[in-house]
Amino acid sequence: MSTLEYVQYYFSWLWGEVRDFLLVANTPTQKFTVMAVVIVLFIAVMGLLLWLVDRPKRARNWLVATVFAGPAVLLVCFGLVYPAISTTKGSFYDKRGQAFVGFDNYVRAFTDSDFQIVLRNTVVWVVLVPLLSTIIGLVYAVLVDRTRFEKAAKTLVFLPMAISMVGASVIWKFVYEYRGGGNRQIGLMNQVLVWLGLEPQQFLINAPLNTLFLIAVMVWIQAGFAMTILSASIKAIPDDIVEAARLDGLGGFGMFRYITVPSIRPALVVVLTTIAMATLKVFDIVRTMTAGNFGTSVVANEFYTQSFKFNDKGMGAALAVILFILIIPLIVYNVRQMRKVEEIR
Amino acid sequence: MSETTHNRINADTLHDGSSGTYLPVKGTVTTMATVTYDKASRIYPGTERPAVDQLDLHIEDGEFLVLVGPSGCGKSTSLRMLAGLEDVNGGRILIGDKDVTHIQPKDRDIAMVFQNYALYPHMTVADNMGFALKIAGTPKADIRARVEEAAKILDLTEYLDRKPKALSGGQRQRVAMGRAIVRQPQVFLMDEPLSNLDAKLRVQTRTQIASLQRRLGVTTVYVTHDQTEALTMGDRIAVLKDGLLQQVGTPRDMYDTPANVFVAGFIGSPAMNLGTFKVNGGFAEVGPARIPVSRAAIAALGAEDNGKITLGFRPESLDVVSQAEASAFPVEVNIVEELGSDAFVYGTLKGSLADADVHSGAGDNQVIVRIDPRNVPAKGERIFVAIRPGEEHLFGAGSGLRLPA
Repeated sequence: MSTLEYVQYYFSWLWGEVRDFLLVANTPTQKFTVMAVVIVLFIAVMGLLLWLVDRPKRARNWLVATVFAGPAVLLVCFGLVYPAISTTKGSFYDKRGQAFVGFDNYVRAFTDSDFQIVLRNTVVWVVLVPLLSTIIGLVYAVLVDRTRFEKAAKTLVFLPMAISMVGASVIWKFVYEYRGGGNRQIGLMNQVLVWLGLEPQQFLINAPLNTLFLIAVMVWIQAGFAMTILSASIKAIPDDIVEAARLDGLGGFGMFRYITVPSIRPALVVVLTTIAMATLKVFDIVRTMTAGNFGTSVVANEFYTQSFKFNDKGMGAALAVILFILIIPLIVYNVRQMRKVEEIR
Repeated sequence: MSETTHNRINADTLHDGSSGTYLPVKGTVTTMATVTYDKASRIYPGTERPAVDQLDLHIEDGEFLVLVGPSGCGKSTSLRMLAGLEDVNGGRILIGDKDVTHIQPKDRDIAMVFQNYALYPHMTVADNMGFALKIAGTPKADIRARVEEAAKILDLTEYLDRKPKALSGGQRQRVAMGRAIVRQPQVFLMDEPLSNLDAKLRVQTRTQIASLQRRLGVTTVYVTHDQTEALTMGDRIAVLKDGLLQQVGTPRDMYDTPANVFVAGFIGSPAMNLGTFKVNGGFAEVGPARIPVSRAAIAALGAEDNGKITLGFRPESLDVVSQAEASAFPVEVNIVEELGSDAFVYGTLKGSLADADVHSGAGDNQVIVRIDPRNVPAKGERIFVAIRPGEEHLFGAGSGLRLPA
C-alpha cells in the first residue's frame, strides 16, 4: 500500500467515525456530547464569520448588515414567510391539497351554518374579552391604588397570568362541573345554585350561554394583565396634576372620568388590542373544556379540528388565513399606539 | 365683555406694576379675603419635628405675601396646608372669617399655580383654563367669555386651541396663571411658579405677576426660595426656617432691621457680612479696629452670649478709608466682581482676629465690600474699610437675636 493510499484510507476511516459519532446517539451521554459539539461548531462558525467581517478596517455596510441580520432573516423566512405562503396556497386547494378549488373553502366558511357559528363565537370572544378584562382591570387598579393592601390585592389578581391556559381551563372545568340525578354537586357554581335553592345547570353544554362561561376563563386570566399595565400608567400620572384637579373641584368619579382615563388612554388602547390579539388566537381553553363541541368552537380551534381531525387541509388553511387577516389591523393599530406611548416618554 | 380689536398686550401698555391700572377688571364681587394661620402645625407621620411649627400669620385682604426660606423650611408645606392638600395637625387656618381647617380644597375658594404648572396634557389651553368652571357647572358662554378675557390679559389668545405640549415654558406658565385668574378666587396660591423659567424670563414674569396681582387686588400667598423675588414682589415677606417663622415685615423692614442673624444673612444680595467679636469696654474689637457698641446693646447681652456680639454689615455699608481711622480694618482683596453699575470686593479680613468668626455669602472668613466701580483695587492689594456709622446690625452671639442700637 502506497503512502497516498494509506492517507486516503485513514481519512475516510476518520470521517466514518466522526459521522457515526454525530448521527448515532443512543445514551444520554452521547446525546449531550453531540449537543456540545454542535454548539461549539455553531459558535466557531459564527465567530469566524463575524471576525472576518470585522477584520477590514472599513468594512462595507451591506456586508456587515448581511452577516449580522442574515441568519435571523433566513430563519424568519423559513419559519414564518414560507408557511404563510404555503398555507395561503393550501387554502385554495381541496382536502388533500391536490385539486385547485378556488374560493370554495372560503365560501363554505362564510355560508355553512356550522362555520357561521364558529365565526359568530369568535366575534363574541373578541368583543367581550378585551372589554371585560380592561374594565375589570381598570376599576380594580383604581380601587386598590395607594391603599394599604395594594400589593397583596394586585398579586391575587395577577396570579392567574402565571397559570397556563390549559391549567386554568382544568380549574374552571371543576368550577362548572355538573352532577345529575340528585347526586351531590362538586362544582362551585352549581353548589352555589343549590344553596340558593336553584336547579343545577350544565354550564358547558347549553348553547349559546356556554360560550360566555368559556369567555369568563379568559377574562379571569387577562384582567390581571390589564390591571398591571394600567396600574403602572395610573401611577405615572404626576401628583401635581391630581392635586390641581382636586383644587378644580374633582373627586372620586370625576377624577376617574376627566383625569385618570384621558391620561392613560394610550395604555388603554395597547391593553385592549393586545388582549384582542390573544383572544383571536384562543385555542387551549376551548380545546380543553369543550373541545369545540356544543356550539362553542372558535376559528383557532376549528382550523385545528379541520386540519388534524377531519384531515381537510384546505379548509383548515382557509380558516387560518381568515384568522390571519382578522388580526392584521389589530397589530397595525397596536404598534402605532405603542409608538405614541414611547413618543410621550 | 367688550370685544376690543387688539388681542396682544404691547410692551407700552404693560405697567411696571407700581400703580397697576391697565385693563380694568369688572364684575367681580369683592369679599374680605384675609388669610389667618392660627398656630397651624403640620407633623408628617413618622417624624418627630413638625414641618411647620405653630405658624401664626395674618395676611390682609388684597395683600401679596411672600413665604421665603431655604429648602426644607416648611414654606411649601404652609402653602399646601392653606390649599387643603396637607392635613393640619394642630391649630386653625381661616380664610376671611371662615375656618377652613377641615374643608375640602375645592370648597375653599382658592386657586393655585404649581411649580411645574400641572396643566392637563390632554386638554387645550382654553379647556385647561375653564376646567374648574366647567366642573362647577358654569354656563358654557360664561366660561368662554371669562377664558377669553383672561387670555387677553395674559397674551394667550392665539394659543387657546393648542395643547400644553405645543407651548413654550413661559407660555405654559401663563396658562397656569390664567387657570387661576379665570376662577376669580378669594386667594391665589403660588408655589415657586417662576423656578422653571430661564433667568431673563423670570425677571420679566416677576414684574408681570406682581402688576397683575395689584390690578386684580386678590390676596396672594407666594412661595419662593429666592430672596430677590421676595424683595421685589411682596407687600410683606415672611421668612421661615426649620418650620419656624423668623420674621414678617415689608421688604424694607426685612432689609433694614432683620430680627435675627438668620434673616440678616438670608435677605439681601450679596449677603450681609456677619462676624462674631469680643466686646471690650463698649467696643467690638474687629482686628485692629474698635467699633463702638451702644450701652443698650451691651445691656441686652445675655449669659448665653458669653460677652460676645455678632456684628452684621452689608457690603454697601462699608467705606474705603485711610489706615489712620480708628474704626478702619484691613481687607486683603481676593477677587473683584464687576457688574458695571457696582463692583464687589471679595476679601479676607486681616490683622489680629483672635476669637473672631467672620462669614458672608462668599464663605467663611470672607467679607464682601461694595466699592466704586470706577476705581477698583487690584487682586492681592490691601484696603482699609470702615462701617458707616449707624449702618451696623448687632445681634447676640449666642441667641442670634437683634440687639437694640
